[in-house]
Amino acid sequence: MSAAPLLEVRDLRVHYGAIEALRGVSLEVAAGEVVALIGANGAGKSTTLRAISRMIRATAGSVRLDGEELLRLPPHRLVARGLAHAPEGRGIFLDLSVGENLALGAWLRRDRAGVAADRARMHDLFPILAERRDQPAGTLSGGEQQMLAVARALMSRPRLLLLDEPSLGLAPQVVERIFGVLREVNRAGVALLLVEQNAHQALRLAHRALVLETGEVAMRGTGPELLASPEVRRAYLGE
Amino acid sequence: MPARLVELLQHLVNGLSVGTIYALIALGYTMVYGVLKLINFAHGDVYMVGAFSGYYLAGRLVPERAAGAPPPGLAGATLQAALVTLGAMAVCALLGLAIERFAYRPLRGRARLTSLITAIGVSLLLEYGFQLQPIRGLPVAFPPGPTPRFFPELLPRADWSLGGVSLSNYDVIGLAVAVALMIGLQLVVYRTRFGTAMRAVSFDPKVAALMGIPVDRIIAGTFALGSALAAAAAILNAVPRPQIHPLFGLLPGLKAFVAAVLGGIGSVPGAMVGGLALGLAEELVAGYTASSFKDAIAFTVLILVLLFRPDGLFGRARVEKV
Repeated sequence: MSAAPLLEVRDLRVHYGAIEALRGVSLEVAAGEVVALIGANGAGKSTTLRAISRMIRATAGSVRLDGEELLRLPPHRLVARGLAHAPEGRGIFLDLSVGENLALGAWLRRDRAGVAADRARMHDLFPILAERRDQPAGTLSGGEQQMLAVARALMSRPRLLLLDEPSLGLAPQVVERIFGVLREVNRAGVALLLVEQNAHQALRLAHRALVLETGEVAMRGTGPELLASPEVRRAYLGE
Repeated sequence: MPARLVELLQHLVNGLSVGTIYALIALGYTMVYGVLKLINFAHGDVYMVGAFSGYYLAGRLVPERAAGAPPPGLAGATLQAALVTLGAMAVCALLGLAIERFAYRPLRGRARLTSLITAIGVSLLLEYGFQLQPIRGLPVAFPPGPTPRFFPELLPRADWSLGGVSLSNYDVIGLAVAVALMIGLQLVVYRTRFGTAMRAVSFDPKVAALMGIPVDRIIAGTFALGSALAAAAAILNAVPRPQIHPLFGLLPGLKAFVAAVLGGIGSVPGAMVGGLALGLAEELVAGYTASSFKDAIAFTVLILVLLFRPDGLFGRARVEKV
Protein backbone atom coordinates (compact mmCIF):
# COMPACT_ATOMS: atom_id res chain seq x y z
CA MET A 1 0.00 0.00 0.00
CA SER A 2 1.11 3.57 -0.68
CA ALA A 3 2.57 5.89 1.94
CA ALA A 4 -0.14 7.84 3.78
CA PRO A 5 -3.53 6.24 4.27
CA LEU A 6 -6.69 8.38 4.02
CA LEU A 7 -8.00 7.07 7.34
CA GLU A 8 -5.71 5.81 10.04
CA VAL A 9 -7.23 4.39 13.23
CA ARG A 10 -4.80 3.55 16.00
CA ASP A 11 -5.58 1.57 19.13
CA LEU A 12 -9.19 2.77 19.34
CA ARG A 13 -10.90 1.95 22.62
CA VAL A 14 -14.53 2.45 23.65
CA HIS A 15 -16.18 1.67 26.95
CA TYR A 16 -19.86 1.24 27.64
CA GLY A 17 -19.83 1.71 31.39
CA ALA A 18 -17.49 -0.93 32.72
CA ILE A 19 -17.57 -2.98 29.54
CA GLU A 20 -14.78 -2.48 27.07
CA ALA A 21 -16.50 -2.73 23.70
CA LEU A 22 -13.43 -1.92 21.61
CA ARG A 23 -10.08 -3.14 22.88
CA GLY A 24 -7.61 -1.29 20.75
CA VAL A 25 -8.72 -1.54 17.13
CA SER A 26 -6.28 -0.34 14.48
CA LEU A 27 -7.06 -0.10 10.81
CA GLU A 28 -6.27 1.90 7.71
CA VAL A 29 -8.23 2.85 4.65
CA ALA A 30 -6.37 4.18 1.62
CA ALA A 31 -7.88 6.73 -0.73
CA GLY A 32 -10.32 4.98 -3.04
CA GLU A 33 -10.12 1.70 -1.16
CA VAL A 34 -12.96 -0.50 0.09
CA VAL A 35 -12.39 -2.05 3.51
CA ALA A 36 -14.94 -4.37 5.07
CA LEU A 37 -15.40 -5.07 8.76
CA ILE A 38 -17.02 -8.41 9.39
CA GLY A 39 -17.72 -10.30 12.55
CA ALA A 40 -20.46 -11.60 14.78
CA ASN A 41 -23.11 -9.51 16.50
CA GLY A 42 -21.57 -7.53 19.33
CA ALA A 43 -18.03 -7.86 18.01
CA GLY A 44 -17.69 -4.08 17.87
CA LYS A 45 -18.19 -3.37 14.16
CA SER A 46 -20.82 -0.64 14.54
CA THR A 47 -19.04 0.70 17.60
CA THR A 48 -15.91 1.18 15.50
CA LEU A 49 -17.79 3.24 12.92
CA ARG A 50 -19.65 5.22 15.56
CA ALA A 51 -16.44 6.05 17.38
CA ILE A 52 -14.78 7.19 14.14
CA SER A 53 -17.69 9.50 13.26
CA ARG A 54 -18.00 10.66 16.89
CA MET A 55 -21.53 9.43 17.46
CA ILE A 56 -20.03 7.90 20.58
CA ARG A 57 -17.00 8.94 22.57
CA ALA A 58 -13.83 6.93 22.27
CA THR A 59 -12.00 6.43 25.56
CA ALA A 60 -8.57 6.20 23.96
CA GLY A 61 -6.86 6.01 20.65
CA SER A 62 -6.46 8.09 17.58
CA VAL A 63 -8.44 8.58 14.39
CA ARG A 64 -6.68 10.52 11.66
CA LEU A 65 -8.13 11.58 8.35
CA ASP A 66 -5.37 12.80 6.05
CA GLY A 67 -3.18 13.10 9.12
CA GLU A 68 -5.64 15.32 11.02
CA GLU A 69 -6.80 14.03 14.40
CA LEU A 70 -10.60 13.70 14.26
CA LEU A 71 -11.14 12.90 17.94
CA ARG A 72 -10.30 16.49 18.81
CA LEU A 73 -12.83 18.04 16.40
CA PRO A 74 -16.47 18.70 17.30
CA PRO A 75 -18.58 16.00 15.59
CA HIS A 76 -20.28 18.40 13.18
CA ARG A 77 -16.93 19.36 11.65
CA LEU A 78 -16.25 15.90 10.25
CA VAL A 79 -18.46 16.05 7.19
CA ALA A 80 -16.62 19.12 5.94
CA ARG A 81 -13.39 17.06 6.13
CA GLY A 82 -14.87 14.56 3.70
CA LEU A 83 -16.24 11.93 6.06
CA ALA A 84 -19.84 10.71 5.75
CA HIS A 85 -21.56 8.02 7.79
CA ALA A 86 -24.75 6.15 6.92
CA PRO A 87 -25.41 4.83 10.41
CA GLU A 88 -26.97 1.64 11.67
CA GLY A 89 -30.75 1.86 11.73
CA ARG A 90 -30.18 4.26 8.82
CA GLY A 91 -30.54 7.49 10.81
CA ILE A 92 -33.29 8.78 8.57
CA PHE A 93 -35.22 11.81 9.86
CA LEU A 94 -38.60 10.13 9.64
CA ASP A 95 -40.53 13.37 10.30
CA LEU A 96 -38.87 15.19 7.43
CA SER A 97 -39.67 14.70 3.78
CA VAL A 98 -37.53 12.49 1.57
CA GLY A 99 -36.32 15.59 -0.27
CA GLU A 100 -35.40 17.34 2.99
CA ASN A 101 -33.46 14.31 4.15
CA LEU A 102 -31.52 14.27 0.91
CA ALA A 103 -30.90 18.02 1.13
CA LEU A 104 -29.57 17.65 4.68
CA GLY A 105 -26.74 15.52 3.32
CA ALA A 106 -25.57 18.67 1.53
CA TRP A 107 -26.39 21.02 4.42
CA LEU A 108 -22.93 22.58 4.46
CA ARG A 109 -22.48 22.88 0.72
CA ARG A 110 -22.87 26.31 -0.86
CA ASP A 111 -22.49 25.30 -4.50
CA ARG A 112 -26.15 25.22 -5.47
CA ALA A 113 -25.50 24.01 -8.99
CA GLY A 114 -23.32 21.16 -7.75
CA VAL A 115 -25.92 20.15 -5.16
CA ALA A 116 -28.67 20.19 -7.79
CA ALA A 117 -26.54 18.03 -10.08
CA ASP A 118 -25.84 15.56 -7.27
CA ARG A 119 -29.53 15.43 -6.39
CA ALA A 120 -30.35 14.63 -10.00
CA ARG A 121 -27.70 11.89 -9.96
CA MET A 122 -29.20 10.38 -6.77
CA HIS A 123 -32.61 10.49 -8.40
CA ASP A 124 -31.16 8.60 -11.35
CA LEU A 125 -29.56 6.00 -9.09
CA PHE A 126 -32.66 5.64 -6.92
CA PRO A 127 -35.75 6.83 -8.85
CA ILE A 128 -37.99 6.11 -5.86
CA LEU A 129 -36.40 9.08 -4.06
CA ALA A 130 -37.60 11.40 -6.82
CA GLU A 131 -41.09 9.93 -6.82
CA ARG A 132 -41.43 10.25 -3.06
CA ARG A 133 -39.53 13.48 -2.53
CA ASP A 134 -42.41 15.34 -0.83
CA GLN A 135 -43.53 12.44 1.36
CA PRO A 136 -42.40 12.03 4.96
CA ALA A 137 -39.39 9.71 4.98
CA GLY A 138 -41.21 7.61 7.60
CA THR A 139 -43.52 6.34 4.85
CA LEU A 140 -40.66 4.71 2.94
CA SER A 141 -40.09 0.97 3.17
CA GLY A 142 -36.93 -0.31 4.88
CA GLY A 143 -35.11 -0.78 1.57
CA GLU A 144 -36.11 2.65 0.36
CA GLN A 145 -34.88 4.19 3.62
CA GLN A 146 -31.56 2.43 3.12
CA MET A 147 -31.30 3.88 -0.39
CA LEU A 148 -32.08 7.30 1.08
CA ALA A 149 -29.38 6.85 3.74
CA VAL A 150 -26.75 5.99 1.13
CA ALA A 151 -27.88 8.78 -1.19
CA ARG A 152 -27.94 11.31 1.63
CA ALA A 153 -24.42 10.37 2.71
CA LEU A 154 -23.21 10.77 -0.88
CA MET A 155 -24.77 14.25 -1.11
CA SER A 156 -21.90 15.59 1.00
CA ARG A 157 -19.44 14.39 -1.69
CA PRO A 158 -17.39 12.43 0.82
CA ARG A 159 -13.92 11.06 0.28
CA LEU A 160 -14.64 8.35 2.83
CA LEU A 161 -18.06 6.82 3.42
CA LEU A 162 -18.77 4.73 6.52
CA LEU A 163 -21.60 2.29 5.88
CA ASP A 164 -23.25 0.33 8.65
CA GLU A 165 -25.14 -2.76 7.53
CA PRO A 166 -26.46 -1.42 4.24
CA SER A 167 -28.04 -4.78 3.44
CA LEU A 168 -29.72 -5.46 6.79
CA GLY A 169 -33.20 -6.86 6.39
CA LEU A 170 -33.43 -6.11 2.69
CA ALA A 171 -34.69 -8.23 -0.17
CA PRO A 172 -31.89 -9.74 -2.29
CA GLN A 173 -32.60 -7.61 -5.35
CA VAL A 174 -32.46 -4.43 -3.21
CA VAL A 175 -29.16 -5.61 -1.75
CA GLU A 176 -27.82 -6.17 -5.27
CA ARG A 177 -28.94 -2.70 -6.26
CA ILE A 178 -27.32 -1.00 -3.28
CA PHE A 179 -24.07 -2.90 -3.70
CA GLY A 180 -24.15 -2.04 -7.39
CA VAL A 181 -24.34 1.63 -6.50
CA LEU A 182 -21.57 1.27 -3.92
CA ARG A 183 -19.32 -0.34 -6.53
CA GLU A 184 -20.03 2.56 -8.88
CA VAL A 185 -19.42 5.13 -6.14
CA ASN A 186 -16.12 3.49 -5.28
CA ARG A 187 -15.09 3.44 -8.91
CA ALA A 188 -15.60 7.22 -8.86
CA GLY A 189 -12.95 7.42 -6.14
CA VAL A 190 -14.85 7.33 -2.83
CA ALA A 191 -13.25 5.13 -0.19
CA LEU A 192 -15.64 2.88 1.75
CA LEU A 193 -15.42 1.43 5.22
CA LEU A 194 -18.18 -1.10 5.29
CA VAL A 195 -19.70 -3.03 8.16
CA GLU A 196 -21.69 -6.05 7.03
CA GLN A 197 -23.42 -9.10 8.35
CA ASN A 198 -23.65 -10.23 4.76
CA ALA A 199 -19.99 -11.22 4.62
CA HIS A 200 -20.29 -12.68 1.16
CA GLN A 201 -21.40 -9.42 -0.45
CA ALA A 202 -18.93 -7.43 1.63
CA LEU A 203 -15.91 -9.57 0.81
CA ARG A 204 -16.69 -9.55 -2.89
CA LEU A 205 -16.76 -5.75 -2.90
CA ALA A 206 -13.86 -5.15 -0.52
CA HIS A 207 -10.20 -4.82 -1.42
CA ARG A 208 -9.30 -5.68 2.12
CA ALA A 209 -11.22 -6.89 5.14
CA LEU A 210 -10.86 -7.25 8.89
CA VAL A 211 -12.58 -9.74 11.12
CA LEU A 212 -13.54 -8.36 14.53
CA GLU A 213 -14.04 -10.61 17.53
CA THR A 214 -15.02 -9.25 20.95
CA GLY A 215 -13.67 -5.81 20.26
CA GLU A 216 -10.38 -6.84 18.68
CA VAL A 217 -9.12 -7.44 15.18
CA ALA A 218 -8.87 -11.23 14.87
CA MET A 219 -7.84 -11.50 11.24
CA ARG A 220 -6.93 -9.28 8.30
CA GLY A 221 -6.47 -9.92 4.65
CA THR A 222 -7.61 -9.13 1.16
CA GLY A 223 -11.22 -9.83 0.29
CA PRO A 224 -10.34 -12.95 -1.74
CA GLU A 225 -8.01 -14.24 1.00
CA LEU A 226 -10.71 -14.07 3.63
CA LEU A 227 -13.29 -15.49 1.27
CA ALA A 228 -10.96 -18.48 0.86
CA SER A 229 -10.15 -18.81 4.55
CA PRO A 230 -11.73 -21.91 6.11
CA GLU A 231 -12.32 -20.16 9.46
CA VAL A 232 -14.12 -17.27 7.83
CA ARG A 233 -16.15 -19.61 5.65
CA ARG A 234 -17.20 -21.60 8.69
CA ALA A 235 -17.92 -18.66 11.00
CA TYR A 236 -19.39 -16.02 8.69
CA LEU A 237 -20.37 -17.59 5.41
CA GLY A 238 -22.45 -20.34 6.96
CA GLU A 239 -20.45 -23.30 5.66
CA MET B 1 -78.84 39.05 17.78
CA PRO B 2 -80.22 36.78 20.47
CA ALA B 3 -78.61 37.37 23.84
CA ARG B 4 -77.29 33.83 24.11
CA LEU B 5 -75.50 34.07 20.80
CA VAL B 6 -74.01 37.43 21.77
CA GLU B 7 -72.78 35.88 25.00
CA LEU B 8 -71.24 32.95 23.17
CA LEU B 9 -69.51 35.18 20.64
CA GLN B 10 -68.19 37.35 23.45
CA HIS B 11 -66.70 34.30 25.13
CA LEU B 12 -65.14 33.21 21.86
CA VAL B 13 -63.54 36.64 21.38
CA ASN B 14 -62.16 36.62 24.91
CA GLY B 15 -61.05 33.01 24.65
CA LEU B 16 -59.19 33.62 21.40
CA SER B 17 -57.50 36.66 22.86
CA VAL B 18 -56.15 34.67 25.82
CA GLY B 19 -55.57 31.57 23.72
CA THR B 20 -53.18 33.31 21.34
CA ILE B 21 -51.09 34.37 24.34
CA TYR B 22 -50.94 30.77 25.58
CA ALA B 23 -50.12 29.60 22.08
CA LEU B 24 -47.18 31.99 21.71
CA ILE B 25 -45.74 30.94 25.07
CA ALA B 26 -46.43 27.27 24.38
CA LEU B 27 -44.37 27.48 21.19
CA GLY B 28 -41.27 28.23 23.25
CA TYR B 29 -41.84 25.21 25.48
CA THR B 30 -42.48 22.90 22.60
CA MET B 31 -39.55 24.03 20.44
CA VAL B 32 -37.07 23.76 23.29
CA TYR B 33 -38.50 20.38 24.23
CA GLY B 34 -38.13 19.37 20.60
CA VAL B 35 -34.39 20.02 20.42
CA LEU B 36 -33.36 19.27 24.02
CA LYS B 37 -36.10 17.00 25.42
CA LEU B 38 -36.14 19.45 28.32
CA ILE B 39 -39.11 21.28 29.80
CA ASN B 40 -37.67 24.76 30.28
CA PHE B 41 -39.58 25.69 33.42
CA ALA B 42 -37.97 29.13 33.36
CA HIS B 43 -39.94 29.94 30.21
CA GLY B 44 -42.86 31.54 32.06
CA ASP B 45 -40.36 33.83 33.75
CA VAL B 46 -38.83 34.76 30.41
CA TYR B 47 -42.36 35.88 29.55
CA MET B 48 -42.35 37.99 32.73
CA VAL B 49 -38.99 39.50 31.80
CA GLY B 50 -40.48 40.29 28.38
CA ALA B 51 -43.22 42.33 30.01
CA PHE B 52 -40.73 44.24 32.17
CA SER B 53 -38.42 44.84 29.21
CA GLY B 54 -41.38 46.40 27.42
CA TYR B 55 -42.20 48.40 30.54
CA TYR B 56 -38.70 49.86 30.79
CA LEU B 57 -38.40 50.46 27.06
CA ALA B 58 -41.76 52.20 26.98
CA GLY B 59 -40.63 54.30 29.95
CA ARG B 60 -37.68 55.53 27.86
CA LEU B 61 -39.57 55.89 24.60
CA VAL B 62 -42.93 57.21 25.85
CA PRO B 63 -41.92 59.13 28.97
CA GLU B 64 -43.59 62.48 28.79
CA ARG B 65 -47.22 61.66 28.10
CA ALA B 66 -48.34 62.62 31.60
CA ALA B 67 -46.54 65.96 31.42
CA GLY B 68 -49.12 67.25 28.97
CA ALA B 69 -47.20 66.76 25.73
CA PRO B 70 -49.53 66.18 22.80
CA PRO B 71 -50.14 62.50 22.04
CA PRO B 72 -47.76 61.23 19.37
CA GLY B 73 -50.52 60.57 16.83
CA LEU B 74 -51.55 57.12 15.69
CA ALA B 75 -48.62 56.54 13.35
CA GLY B 76 -46.13 57.64 16.00
CA ALA B 77 -47.79 55.54 18.67
CA THR B 78 -47.84 52.50 16.40
CA LEU B 79 -44.16 52.94 15.67
CA GLN B 80 -43.41 53.24 19.39
CA ALA B 81 -45.47 50.15 20.17
CA ALA B 82 -43.65 48.22 17.46
CA LEU B 83 -40.26 49.37 18.77
CA VAL B 84 -41.17 48.43 22.33
CA THR B 85 -42.31 44.98 21.20
CA LEU B 86 -39.26 44.34 19.04
CA GLY B 87 -36.98 45.63 21.78
CA ALA B 88 -38.54 43.33 24.37
CA MET B 89 -38.22 40.42 21.93
CA ALA B 90 -34.53 41.20 21.45
CA VAL B 91 -33.91 41.43 25.21
CA CYS B 92 -35.60 38.07 25.78
CA ALA B 93 -33.78 36.46 22.86
CA LEU B 94 -30.52 37.44 24.57
CA LEU B 95 -31.83 36.18 27.90
CA GLY B 96 -32.77 32.88 26.26
CA LEU B 97 -29.27 32.59 24.80
CA ALA B 98 -27.73 33.31 28.18
CA ILE B 99 -29.92 30.76 29.98
CA GLU B 100 -29.06 28.09 27.44
CA ARG B 101 -25.36 28.89 27.46
CA PHE B 102 -24.79 29.16 31.19
CA ALA B 103 -27.51 27.03 32.78
CA TYR B 104 -28.23 24.18 30.36
CA ARG B 105 -25.26 23.69 28.05
CA PRO B 106 -22.82 22.78 30.85
CA LEU B 107 -25.25 19.98 31.80
CA ARG B 108 -25.66 18.55 28.31
CA GLY B 109 -25.24 14.81 28.36
CA ARG B 110 -25.91 14.55 32.09
CA ALA B 111 -29.00 12.97 33.62
CA ARG B 112 -32.14 14.73 32.43
CA LEU B 113 -33.30 15.36 35.97
CA THR B 114 -30.26 17.61 36.50
CA SER B 115 -31.40 19.96 33.76
CA LEU B 116 -34.96 19.93 35.02
CA ILE B 117 -33.86 20.96 38.50
CA THR B 118 -31.65 23.64 36.97
CA ALA B 119 -34.67 24.93 35.01
CA ILE B 120 -36.56 25.36 38.26
CA GLY B 121 -33.50 27.09 39.73
CA VAL B 122 -33.35 29.56 36.83
CA SER B 123 -37.06 30.18 37.26
CA LEU B 124 -36.67 31.00 40.95
CA LEU B 125 -33.64 33.16 40.25
CA LEU B 126 -35.62 35.34 37.85
CA GLU B 127 -38.74 35.46 40.01
CA TYR B 128 -36.95 36.44 43.18
CA GLY B 129 -34.15 38.40 41.55
CA PHE B 130 -36.78 40.71 40.08
CA GLN B 131 -38.28 41.23 43.53
CA LEU B 132 -35.09 42.76 44.92
CA GLN B 133 -34.99 46.46 45.62
CA PRO B 134 -33.75 48.65 42.74
CA ILE B 135 -30.01 49.02 42.43
CA ARG B 136 -28.88 52.61 43.00
CA GLY B 137 -27.34 54.50 40.13
CA LEU B 138 -29.09 52.70 37.25
CA PRO B 139 -30.98 54.88 34.76
CA VAL B 140 -34.15 52.87 35.44
CA ALA B 141 -35.48 51.41 38.68
CA PHE B 142 -34.20 47.87 38.22
CA PRO B 143 -34.90 45.29 39.62
CA PRO B 144 -38.52 46.41 39.88
CA GLY B 145 -39.19 44.97 43.35
CA PRO B 146 -42.31 43.11 44.42
CA THR B 147 -44.88 45.90 43.97
CA PRO B 148 -47.03 45.51 40.85
CA ARG B 149 -46.33 48.00 38.07
CA PHE B 150 -48.69 49.30 35.43
CA PHE B 151 -47.73 48.73 31.86
CA PRO B 152 -48.07 52.00 29.92
CA GLU B 153 -50.74 52.39 27.30
CA LEU B 154 -48.79 52.00 24.09
CA LEU B 155 -51.76 52.71 21.85
CA PRO B 156 -54.98 54.60 22.57
CA ARG B 157 -57.70 52.09 23.24
CA ALA B 158 -60.76 52.00 21.02
CA ASP B 159 -63.83 49.93 21.92
CA TRP B 160 -66.37 48.80 19.45
CA SER B 161 -69.63 46.98 19.79
CA LEU B 162 -70.56 44.62 16.98
CA GLY B 163 -74.20 43.64 17.50
CA GLY B 164 -73.65 43.60 21.24
CA VAL B 165 -70.28 41.81 21.19
CA SER B 166 -67.71 44.20 22.58
CA LEU B 167 -64.38 44.21 20.94
CA SER B 168 -61.38 46.52 21.26
CA ASN B 169 -58.59 47.40 18.91
CA TYR B 170 -56.33 45.60 21.39
CA ASP B 171 -58.14 42.32 20.70
CA VAL B 172 -57.86 42.82 16.96
CA ILE B 173 -54.22 43.91 16.99
CA GLY B 174 -53.28 41.18 19.45
CA LEU B 175 -54.87 38.51 17.30
CA ALA B 176 -53.36 39.90 14.10
CA VAL B 177 -49.85 40.12 15.56
CA ALA B 178 -50.07 36.67 17.11
CA VAL B 179 -51.29 35.10 13.88
CA ALA B 180 -48.58 36.91 11.92
CA LEU B 181 -45.92 35.64 14.35
CA MET B 182 -47.20 32.09 14.12
CA ILE B 183 -47.25 32.19 10.31
CA GLY B 184 -43.74 33.65 10.41
CA LEU B 185 -42.60 30.89 12.75
CA GLN B 186 -44.17 28.26 10.53
CA LEU B 187 -42.18 29.66 7.60
CA VAL B 188 -38.97 29.66 9.63
CA VAL B 189 -39.49 26.08 10.79
CA TYR B 190 -40.55 24.60 7.45
CA ARG B 191 -38.91 26.81 4.84
CA THR B 192 -35.45 27.83 6.07
CA ARG B 193 -32.11 26.12 6.54
CA PHE B 194 -32.27 26.90 10.25
CA GLY B 195 -35.75 25.39 10.52
CA THR B 196 -34.77 22.23 8.69
CA ALA B 197 -31.74 21.90 10.94
CA MET B 198 -33.94 22.47 13.98
CA ARG B 199 -36.31 19.69 12.96
CA ALA B 200 -33.37 17.40 12.24
CA VAL B 201 -31.82 18.09 15.67
CA SER B 202 -35.20 17.53 17.22
CA PHE B 203 -35.49 14.10 15.60
CA ASP B 204 -31.92 12.96 16.30
CA PRO B 205 -29.11 15.31 17.35
CA LYS B 206 -26.36 12.75 16.73
CA VAL B 207 -27.37 12.11 13.16
CA ALA B 208 -27.92 15.85 12.67
CA ALA B 209 -24.27 16.39 13.66
CA LEU B 210 -23.24 13.82 11.03
CA MET B 211 -24.85 16.14 8.46
CA GLY B 212 -22.56 18.94 9.64
CA ILE B 213 -25.28 20.73 11.58
CA PRO B 214 -23.77 22.63 14.55
CA VAL B 215 -26.16 21.20 17.10
CA ASP B 216 -25.27 23.57 19.95
CA ARG B 217 -25.82 26.61 17.80
CA ILE B 218 -29.19 25.34 16.59
CA ILE B 219 -30.25 24.71 20.19
CA ALA B 220 -29.16 28.23 21.16
CA GLY B 221 -31.09 29.67 18.23
CA THR B 222 -34.16 27.74 19.29
CA PHE B 223 -33.96 29.25 22.77
CA ALA B 224 -33.63 32.74 21.30
CA LEU B 225 -36.60 32.22 19.01
CA GLY B 226 -38.85 30.77 21.71
CA SER B 227 -37.90 33.48 24.19
CA ALA B 228 -38.60 36.23 21.65
CA LEU B 229 -42.07 34.79 21.08
CA ALA B 230 -42.68 34.76 24.83
CA ALA B 231 -41.72 38.45 24.96
CA ALA B 232 -44.16 39.24 22.16
CA ALA B 233 -46.86 37.37 24.05
CA ALA B 234 -46.03 39.35 27.18
CA ILE B 235 -46.44 42.70 25.41
CA LEU B 236 -49.66 41.60 23.71
CA ASN B 237 -50.99 40.53 27.09
CA ALA B 238 -49.74 43.50 29.10
CA VAL B 239 -51.33 46.11 26.86
CA PRO B 240 -54.95 45.10 27.63
CA ARG B 241 -54.17 43.64 31.10
CA PRO B 242 -51.53 46.08 32.31
CA GLN B 243 -50.71 44.91 35.83
CA ILE B 244 -47.29 43.25 35.85
CA HIS B 245 -45.14 41.93 38.69
CA PRO B 246 -42.23 39.49 39.04
CA LEU B 247 -44.42 36.45 39.73
CA PHE B 248 -46.98 37.04 37.06
CA GLY B 249 -45.32 34.71 34.56
CA LEU B 250 -45.93 31.71 36.79
CA LEU B 251 -49.53 30.90 35.96
CA PRO B 252 -49.45 31.72 32.23
CA GLY B 253 -46.22 29.73 32.07
CA LEU B 254 -47.82 26.66 33.62
CA LYS B 255 -50.92 27.01 31.48
CA ALA B 256 -48.90 27.38 28.31
CA PHE B 257 -46.99 24.26 29.32
CA VAL B 258 -50.35 22.47 29.57
CA ALA B 259 -51.24 23.87 26.13
CA ALA B 260 -48.01 22.46 24.73
CA VAL B 261 -48.72 19.04 26.26
CA LEU B 262 -52.30 19.17 24.98
CA GLY B 263 -51.07 19.87 21.46
CA GLY B 264 -48.37 17.22 21.73
CA ILE B 265 -45.08 18.40 23.21
CA GLY B 266 -42.52 18.91 20.47
CA SER B 267 -45.13 19.76 17.84
CA VAL B 268 -45.21 23.34 16.57
CA PRO B 269 -48.76 23.25 15.12
CA GLY B 270 -49.78 21.37 18.27
CA ALA B 271 -48.67 24.25 20.50
CA MET B 272 -50.73 26.70 18.46
CA VAL B 273 -53.86 24.57 18.53
CA GLY B 274 -53.32 23.62 22.17
CA GLY B 275 -52.99 27.26 23.20
CA LEU B 276 -56.13 28.34 21.40
CA ALA B 277 -58.08 25.33 22.67
CA LEU B 278 -57.02 25.99 26.25
CA GLY B 279 -57.89 29.69 26.06
CA LEU B 280 -61.32 28.90 24.67
CA ALA B 281 -61.95 26.11 27.18
CA GLU B 282 -61.05 28.38 30.09
CA GLU B 283 -63.24 31.18 28.90
CA LEU B 284 -66.22 28.96 28.12
CA VAL B 285 -66.09 27.07 31.39
CA ALA B 286 -65.61 30.27 33.36
CA GLY B 287 -68.41 31.94 31.44
CA TYR B 288 -70.99 29.18 31.72
CA THR B 289 -70.21 27.77 35.15
CA ALA B 290 -68.29 29.75 37.74
CA SER B 291 -65.31 31.96 37.01
CA SER B 292 -63.51 30.59 40.05
CA PHE B 293 -63.04 27.34 38.08
CA LYS B 294 -61.02 29.14 35.45
CA ASP B 295 -57.54 28.32 36.71
CA ALA B 296 -58.50 24.74 37.45
CA ILE B 297 -59.36 24.07 33.80
CA ALA B 298 -55.80 23.96 32.58
CA PHE B 299 -54.78 21.42 35.17
CA THR B 300 -57.88 19.30 34.61
CA VAL B 301 -56.96 19.28 30.93
CA LEU B 302 -53.40 18.27 31.83
CA ILE B 303 -54.59 15.34 33.91
CA LEU B 304 -57.03 14.20 31.22
CA VAL B 305 -54.45 14.42 28.44
CA LEU B 306 -51.87 12.54 30.47
CA LEU B 307 -54.42 9.85 31.31
CA PHE B 308 -55.99 9.34 27.92
CA ARG B 309 -53.72 10.72 25.25
CA PRO B 310 -50.22 11.33 26.61
CA ASP B 311 -48.88 12.13 23.13
CA GLY B 312 -51.30 15.05 22.83
CA LEU B 313 -53.44 15.98 19.87
CA PHE B 314 -50.60 16.20 17.35
CA GLY B 315 -48.15 13.86 19.02
CA ARG B 316 -47.08 10.94 16.92
CA ALA B 317 -45.98 7.66 18.27
CA ARG B 318 -42.67 7.04 16.56
CA VAL B 319 -42.38 3.74 14.82
CA GLU B 320 -39.03 2.74 13.42
CA LYS B 321 -39.15 0.57 10.37
CA VAL B 322 -36.76 -2.33 10.25
